[in-house]
Amino acid sequence: MSDNFSFQLWRYEGEPGELIPLLQSAQNHFGYIPRRAIRYISGVTGIPESDIYGVITFYSQFRLRPTGKLHIRACDGTACHVSGSRLIIETIEDELGISVGDTTEDGLFTLHTVACIGCCSLAPVIMINDETHGNLNPASLRKLLRKIRRREERTEVTASSHGR
Amino acid sequence: MDQMSLLVCGGTGCTSNGSLEIRTALEQELARRGLAQDVKVVTTGCNGMCGRGPILVAQPEGVFFHSVAPEDVPELVEAYVIGGKPPARLLYTEEQRGPVIPKMSEVPFYAKQQLIALSNRGIIDPENLEEYIGRDGYQALSRVLTTMTEEEVIDEVTRSGLRGRGGAGFPTGRKWAFARAAVGNPKYVICNADEGDPGAFMDRSIVESDPHAVIEGMAIGGYAIGASEAFVYIRGEYPLALARLNLAIEQARTYGLLGENILGTDFSFDIKVSVGAGAFVCGEETSLIASLEGRMPEPRVKPPFPAQSGYMGKPTNINNVETWANIRHIILRGAEWFSSIGSETSKGTKVFSLVGKVNNTGLVEVPMGITLREIVFDIGGGIPDGKKFKAVQSGGPSGGCLPESKLDTPVDYESLTKAGSIMGSGGLIVMDETTCMVEVARYFVAFTQEESCGKCTPCREGTKHMLDILTAITEGRGEEGDIEILKTMARNIKATSLCGLGQTAPNPVLTTIRYFRDEYEAHIREKRCPSGVCKPLISYTIDKEACTGCRACAISCPVTCITGERKLPHVIDQTQCIKCGMCFDVCNFNAVRVE
Repeated sequence: MSDNFSFQLWRYEGEPGELIPLLQSAQNHFGYIPRRAIRYISGVTGIPESDIYGVITFYSQFRLRPTGKLHIRACDGTACHVSGSRLIIETIEDELGISVGDTTEDGLFTLHTVACIGCCSLAPVIMINDETHGNLNPASLRKLLRKIRRREERTEVTASSHGR
Repeated sequence: MDQMSLLVCGGTGCTSNGSLEIRTALEQELARRGLAQDVKVVTTGCNGMCGRGPILVAQPEGVFFHSVAPEDVPELVEAYVIGGKPPARLLYTEEQRGPVIPKMSEVPFYAKQQLIALSNRGIIDPENLEEYIGRDGYQALSRVLTTMTEEEVIDEVTRSGLRGRGGAGFPTGRKWAFARAAVGNPKYVICNADEGDPGAFMDRSIVESDPHAVIEGMAIGGYAIGASEAFVYIRGEYPLALARLNLAIEQARTYGLLGENILGTDFSFDIKVSVGAGAFVCGEETSLIASLEGRMPEPRVKPPFPAQSGYMGKPTNINNVETWANIRHIILRGAEWFSSIGSETSKGTKVFSLVGKVNNTGLVEVPMGITLREIVFDIGGGIPDGKKFKAVQSGGPSGGCLPESKLDTPVDYESLTKAGSIMGSGGLIVMDETTCMVEVARYFVAFTQEESCGKCTPCREGTKHMLDILTAITEGRGEEGDIEILKTMARNIKATSLCGLGQTAPNPVLTTIRYFRDEYEAHIREKRCPSGVCKPLISYTIDKEACTGCRACAISCPVTCITGERKLPHVIDQTQCIKCGMCFDVCNFNAVRVE
């Protein structure tokens, strides 16, 4: 367990209400909630692992598997839905060759759907990490994903040519 | 003359359309021309007309620019800031080539609105406390703490007729009175900002554009019921709102507007922010409290109500963001003023997120009692692309779909309920002839089925069975009698579920059966989707007569199943077609048919 994570945990003051913030900080730290974090939180708080697992799986925010570098959240709110979000989700699946919930083999993209981003005026909308992209259609979406993939490949090449 | 200010919209919609780049470009252009001292550039909260973003408003003239791109900035500065003539192509027009409407106050989208909860939107920088104070900010709190008793505050709110804006419409003053009268110490105040309805973003926008209004309302509520600790339970999907709220709370503490001995009185009050983890059921009061306490957010039987036994078993008062944002105006301008707005039973205004198949999408605040038709057609500007209006959906997964014949329903709690929908928290989703109402019902039931906490069997199992039947109908496997089974199940789920989620989950199904039964019957009996949405029931074909052989469809087809020579009619290979509808969307000659 890295020091940084334990440090965040020590803010725990023994109030049961802190379980969700603890899980959120674990997820911020690791990108998901690994088994060892559950064990660790259980040890500190005295809440049984099974109860923690129950809370994790109840909320849609928490993930038990790592995500890729770029986390795509495709909105399937009502406005997006009537504006064709199903087609948007299918296009992402087709373009990246993965299904909702999966990560691409290169670890670059993970795809999830979300109930609503609250950006309904720009429907259909997706979020890639914290950036929102709206008014999408399958063609513009494919272009966007290809552009991002090219950008990422370039950064990787630059990084490795610097010997990193 | 007043100094010119350029107000760049910094709401979530406009920022994702690149408004922050506009701001940078403006600052650079003004600096380049030596105007940086003369013209102020301000980032504001959401202006509401998100569909036309990025929005830029020039004060003091109130000129409204929309869809501004960084390339437009030099011309805008040259022509307007220096020359005083706004470039026509950035101004609003009702239809293409229609007359331009330069003033924001005259744009029809804004003209019929009346702003109370959103009165600071697009005017102040939400990250600057002094601008809020400049708009009478914290005066209501000051008046309450120095000149009013707790009872007087509750009396004022009660007489204003304000009802809960989260959707259920319980009178706010009465709620406060219960919490004040309850025995127990300490008492708590909670702001429900866990805006869970898909298709709704009123609360996100209020927090983003005017976070101090929410804080001030909560502090007044805390004083009235005798609480000194408070929580905001905010959705995790709203990073910008969360950041602005945290900043505003910090600022309020620094200025002594939160914390110990506020404004030198013996009233102390502070707010903690709790980030929700994504569960729709947390919108229900007792679930939200369970979640704050770190438990599984399952609702429990009421009574006892949170006013008697809430957070940690103590008296707790929960109101929604929009309700809190109204409080300071009621204190400053009085209960009589507030209750003079609206209808007989529903006072004041309501904020709606107007989205879906409507020309002007965005956030609107309208007096209660206005009709749905005025919102959809006058403010919303009607349906795009000459299509026909089919339904307007209010109340999210708990609400219903109202047809053309109900468009003259006045917007108030009672009228919407009578028509079969509910007020809800404020999502208004417009649907046109290309929306399948059976599929919409399936969509909402899929949502509630997923979000059911599982405590009550009728909600957990019943929504699952309803979803199975609805899915079968949309896939062409519907049977005679399905509609009756759905109606029976809907009645039972409504009657036997504990909380609002289950009690209202069947509403979208019931209203679509009530108003659009013919669509259900077409799916079941004729295995046909009249709106051309349900994939297993439709096929795309190309009309030989109309096709010009332009190849637009063939190029766009993701599975390359459209073939044909240039300038000759094309053909879709039905065995390969994935029914994505791309060809239908790109055809300029209406040659692609869906049936």
